[in-house]
Amino acid sequence: MTSVAHSAGTAAQRPGPDTGTVRHGKMRGQGKEKVVAVAMFLPAAILILAFLIIPIILTFVLAFTNTRLVSPEPGTFIGLTNFENLFTDSTFWASLRNTIIFTIVIVPVQSAVALGVALLVNSKVRGTTFFRTIYFLPVVTSIIVVSMLWLFMYQKNGLINVLLAKIGIQGPDWLGDPHWALFAIIVMSIWQAMGFHMIVWLSGLQTIPGELYEAASLDGATRWQQFVNVTWPGLRSTRTFILITITIAAFGLFAQVNVMTQGGPLNATTTLVYQAVYSGFRQQQTGYAAAISMVFFVLVLIVTLIQNFLTRDKEARR
Amino acid sequence: MRKSALTVGVAALAAAALFGLAGCAKGSASASGGGTVTLWTHNAGNAAELGAIEAIVKDFNAQSKVKIEVQAFPQDSYNQSVTAAAASKKLPCILDSDGPNIPAWAWAGYLAPLTGMDSTLSKFLPSTVGKYDGKIYSYGYYDVALAMFTRKTTLDSLGLRIPTIDKPWTEAEFADVLAKLKASGKFEYAADFSTSSTGEWWPYAYSPFLQSFGGDLIDRDGYKTADGVLNGPAAISWAKWFRSLVTDGYIAGKSGTDQQADFINGKTGLIYAGSWAAAPLKAKLGSDVLFLPTVDLGNGPKIGGGSWQWAMSQTCSDPKTALAYLKFAAQDKYVAAVAKATQNIPATETASADVPGYGPGGDMQIFRQFSEKFAVLRPPTPGYTFISTTFTTAAQNILNGADPKQELDQAVKDIDNNQKQNNYYK
Repeated sequence: MTSVAHSAGTAAQRPGPDTGTVRHGKMRGQGKEKVVAVAMFLPAAILILAFLIIPIILTFVLAFTNTRLVSPEPGTFIGLTNFENLFTDSTFWASLRNTIIFTIVIVPVQSAVALGVALLVNSKVRGTTFFRTIYFLPVVTSIIVVSMLWLFMYQKNGLINVLLAKIGIQGPDWLGDPHWALFAIIVMSIWQAMGFHMIVWLSGLQTIPGELYEAASLDGATRWQQFVNVTWPGLRSTRTFILITITIAAFGLFAQVNVMTQGGPLNATTTLVYQAVYSGFRQQQTGYAAAISMVFFVLVLIVTLIQNFLTRDKEARR
Repeated sequence: MRKSALTVGVAALAAAALFGLAGCAKGSASASGGGTVTLWTHNAGNAAELGAIEAIVKDFNAQSKVKIEVQAFPQDSYNQSVTAAAASKKLPCILDSDGPNIPAWAWAGYLAPLTGMDSTLSKFLPSTVGKYDGKIYSYGYYDVALAMFTRKTTLDSLGLRIPTIDKPWTEAEFADVLAKLKASGKFEYAADFSTSSTGEWWPYAYSPFLQSFGGDLIDRDGYKTADGVLNGPAAISWAKWFRSLVTDGYIAGKSGTDQQADFINGKTGLIYAGSWAAAPLKAKLGSDVLFLPTVDLGNGPKIGGGSWQWAMSQTCSDPKTALAYLKFAAQDKYVAAVAKATQNIPATETASADVPGYGPGGDMQIFRQFSEKFAVLRPPTPGYTFISTTFTTAAQNILNGADPKQELDQAVKDIDNNQKQNNYYK
């Protein structure tokens, strides 16, 4: 499943076809360079083959068998039974729903918050390095540790509810209430991963030449107009990168769920990756887990194709 | 060929697990080297038990040429580490396992039968010896008994009867107890059933309630189906009762993280826990704490039986040393040492004398009686792993308000499917 997500990433970031042809043409006349190229390509090729291509092919094969993790019996071909079971399994639909909701919410919100914070720490005032460090801190903290801490904070009489009570709000049992659990995980995930995207936005912001802002202010543009006409267009490639990385990370939601809710309450927080790991390891149904992974693969493939299409379209228009 | 395919398949899954759970793949990295034999244990997070095991290993190493090397894992990822290691043929020689997993691991060919230990192990409590297909595969130093803990002063002030082994609380009486605890207004929750615990705790702690109502996890006659026992009228009553504990506000749907501390601090009036809670509670509350039998919900009180046990792997390169260690470690003094460290019921009568409270007339003796009278083994079928996770999910959903009938029917369907897909583990 990881491999699937990665393949989606590389596919989306692969340079356009033009650069490929140019390089290929150059190489044709120079045999020595070709050997060097192959030699340099080989380590990556072997790794990708061993840890990406072969597992993906195996996933496709295993999905049609009843292979088990712990069993002296070999797995046998059972056709589409795994998929039949999967599509009649309400947990699967809950996983799919949660994965999609999580992604749809987290992609715009997390990138917007990260951009907002990046704009704040990009201003030339004292102490920005301090704030950059603070915002980046959750990213370098292990997600397991972060999840454990938030688990305590989200308790019914935990820190968050105590603070809410101070302003007269009776907070729910965040992780124990099916209506709030996914929301709680979304909030926590945004807080945790935001710092990384802040840094990416920041690097994008700093590539925008200062003269453009000078010119804009000479033309009498307000801060908002500067943002819309200078900053936003200047962040085009950063935007694509952020969109893709957040989407991939969002689809792979697992650690928080595993630590904080184990998919509950009432399947409110189960996700495709969580369900795959759960079926594959805890329930030891390798074949069934492979079927889930295949569905996940198809889902990521579709989203990647859409994203490819959208970003290419914009390039053409420009 | 299938095996290598499975290995890589497992690797693919492991990669997925690695996404956030780095601990998962850890298991496959080790192999036992030249002059050492590796031992795996689940108790990395349990200093007392780990210390006791390390002491045994130290004693063994002092008199043996081949040394034992201890590798400890956190309990949460232990089973996954073992299965991953088994798939890649990297199992350590000696490993421990939770009792109900022994049949599955024996069936899958992970474990080798223990030979020449029959007479030693005949003195062990039956629930501490792991058997499958007529052969002994494992033994444990202790068993655990589930019980209710409360304060004498609490029960007295509310005018409640103190239950005994022969006359435990009935369902109606227990409802009255909870109602009065709640009405007293002294507690945040009347009781704490440790609902925030995960994993094997759920089937271990809550399937005995189901059995007390007259249901079970699977029909033990042939282990072919769960139909009628896990979704019959008795099971539905269990589900409704279990859910009502939450809707009536008696227990939390997701309890606090430290059950014992909450009880000691007076946040909860009664707790449902294993005998491991007895000694710490006694130390804090003295003679005020009561160790009570669990509630009789119709068919007498029931508690889970079988705890962590030690076994030898099939792929062990030095079975002689492994077996020598297991024999060495089965001495009464070690049984006593581990039982003392874990504050559980010692597996042998002789060892009991050396464990505080478990000797003749000791106040922990009652747990041994609970074990003898109420213990029900979790179904000894290789399908138990699946049954356990399925039951956990169903019970969690029921506690959170899912429809009991629908939820249990689904669990039965899943379990039956799994038993059938595996040709009933023949």
